[in-house]
Amino acid sequence: MSLDRRDFLKLSVAGIAIGAFPGLAFASSEIVKKKGQRVVIVGGGFGGATAAKYIRMWSDNKIEVVLVERNAKFISCPMSNTVLGGTRTIDDLTQGYDTLKKKYGIKLVQGEVKAIDSEKQKVMLANGHLSYDRLIIAPGVDFMFEQIEGLSASVADKSIPHAWKAGAQTTLLRKQLEAMPDGGVFAVSIPKAPYRCPPGPYERACQVASYLKNKKPKSKVLILDANPDVTSKKGLFMAAWKELYPGMVEYRPNAAVTKVDVAGKIAKTEFEDVKADVLNVIPPMKAGAVAAMAGVASVDGRWCAVDFLTYESKVHKNVHVIGDAVSAALPKSGHMATSQAKVCAAAIIELMQGQTPDQNPTIVNTCYSMVSDREAMHVANVFRFNAEKQAMVSAEGGGVSAQRSEVEGTLAGYWLKNIMNDVLM
Amino acid sequence: MKMIKQQILAIVCAIGVMLPIAGAQAETDKHARNLSASCAACHGTSGHSVGGTPVLAGMDKELFVAQMQAFKSGARPATVMHQHAKGYTDEEFELLGAFFAAQKR
Repeated sequence: MSLDRRDFLKLSVAGIAIGAFPGLAFASSEIVKKKGQRVVIVGGGFGGATAAKYIRMWSDNKIEVVLVERNAKFISCPMSNTVLGGTRTIDDLTQGYDTLKKKYGIKLVQGEVKAIDSEKQKVMLANGHLSYDRLIIAPGVDFMFEQIEGLSASVADKSIPHAWKAGAQTTLLRKQLEAMPDGGVFAVSIPKAPYRCPPGPYERACQVASYLKNKKPKSKVLILDANPDVTSKKGLFMAAWKELYPGMVEYRPNAAVTKVDVAGKIAKTEFEDVKADVLNVIPPMKAGAVAAMAGVASVDGRWCAVDFLTYESKVHKNVHVIGDAVSAALPKSGHMATSQAKVCAAAIIELMQGQTPDQNPTIVNTCYSMVSDREAMHVANVFRFNAEKQAMVSAEGGGVSAQRSEVEGTLAGYWLKNIMNDVLM
Repeated sequence: MKMIKQQILAIVCAIGVMLPIAGAQAETDKHARNLSASCAACHGTSGHSVGGTPVLAGMDKELFVAQMQAFKSGARPATVMHQHAKGYTDEEFELLGAFFAAQKR
């Protein structure tokens, strides 16, 4: 990998940053004794857990894999909007990492990464460090709360949840809906693209409307979209709102929320103040904090530029990035994260064996949106590597459902079952 | 003695020719494996579906290729597969078919 002057400067800055905190780089012990070639993976979501499993599986267990994850269990973000609709619970979306440990011999470290020394190739945790030959970071997204006045991580945890990572906030949002009076207003605000799961906010509007239609039919669902138009499956969502939830769902484009009044549950845009009973502000996003620690969030300080043959960072050698954190013309979806993880896993095995990685990666994305308790629709695409553009580009023939259907609703459930099995079992 | 030398030379040459072919075959197999890996979200790891979609592991190669071509042409209606099938070449159908056929059911 060649480094230009700017890259070199960034590397120097990273070096100085670590030099300023010698305690992080020294005086710590190896958490898991290193045996042979090792890949450390930070982040056990769809991308990271898949990379862990496939490196073990495809290297005949020859490469050591240490997976660092802060949560005890995996919770699927895909399909978590159905918790709001009431057809699933968070438990239905939750699974442990036991099989990855037992069946594939992956070493699991539960903890938070504090720093990454990409020069010495070490990941620092509170209780020591992990040395790596190659590092994969799969940090998902973090939220830029500072872009919305009045909003913060603790406000999101307590009263205005984003619920854009499945878990406690999803449950909180569902409870707020349950407590909302009939005739109340649920408002969801969508950040400017790119953000995780392009159709997700529109699906959420459908799931909330599905619940309200049955339980509180006088209520409203208001969508405040920072984008100039519906960013995904537009015709299908518009039809669903009109036909399934007539008079209930209202869509407002170019409505970026810039400020919130937490006590009053008021969202402020350039044009108006919107008072809601349940306020769901999804803040702008960037690559998870680990990307910045590794010094690889080089695109607008938010996303990570990678080589699409290996998912190696364009900034640091031996640091790979997969999933939502990557800067690409690829949707930030769970399926895409697993597809990228497999390309990355195959490439790392080849590189560690002195071989050339696959020069023609071709991957798939299938993404379902549940628009009622039973019906779904999808978007499906094949993406191939284009050597001239050094980018992944959409192949011919991709597209969305002709119409929403119960058949696809059933298939969406099987998608979840199969992908969770592929990632964790 | 000369004959033996010639035979050895012939064998060495043959190995020299075979090795790159074996290497190319291994590369093709890995490419097929990598291609097929993206199908797992709906069809399970290595085609071992755990429900709702056809098990591709162990499927007859000709059947697989014929189905993909039918999805691509529209001869077989589908909810999703016509869109994926259009994104692949005939050569890739062959690679995918060979990979899945080689997986134990």
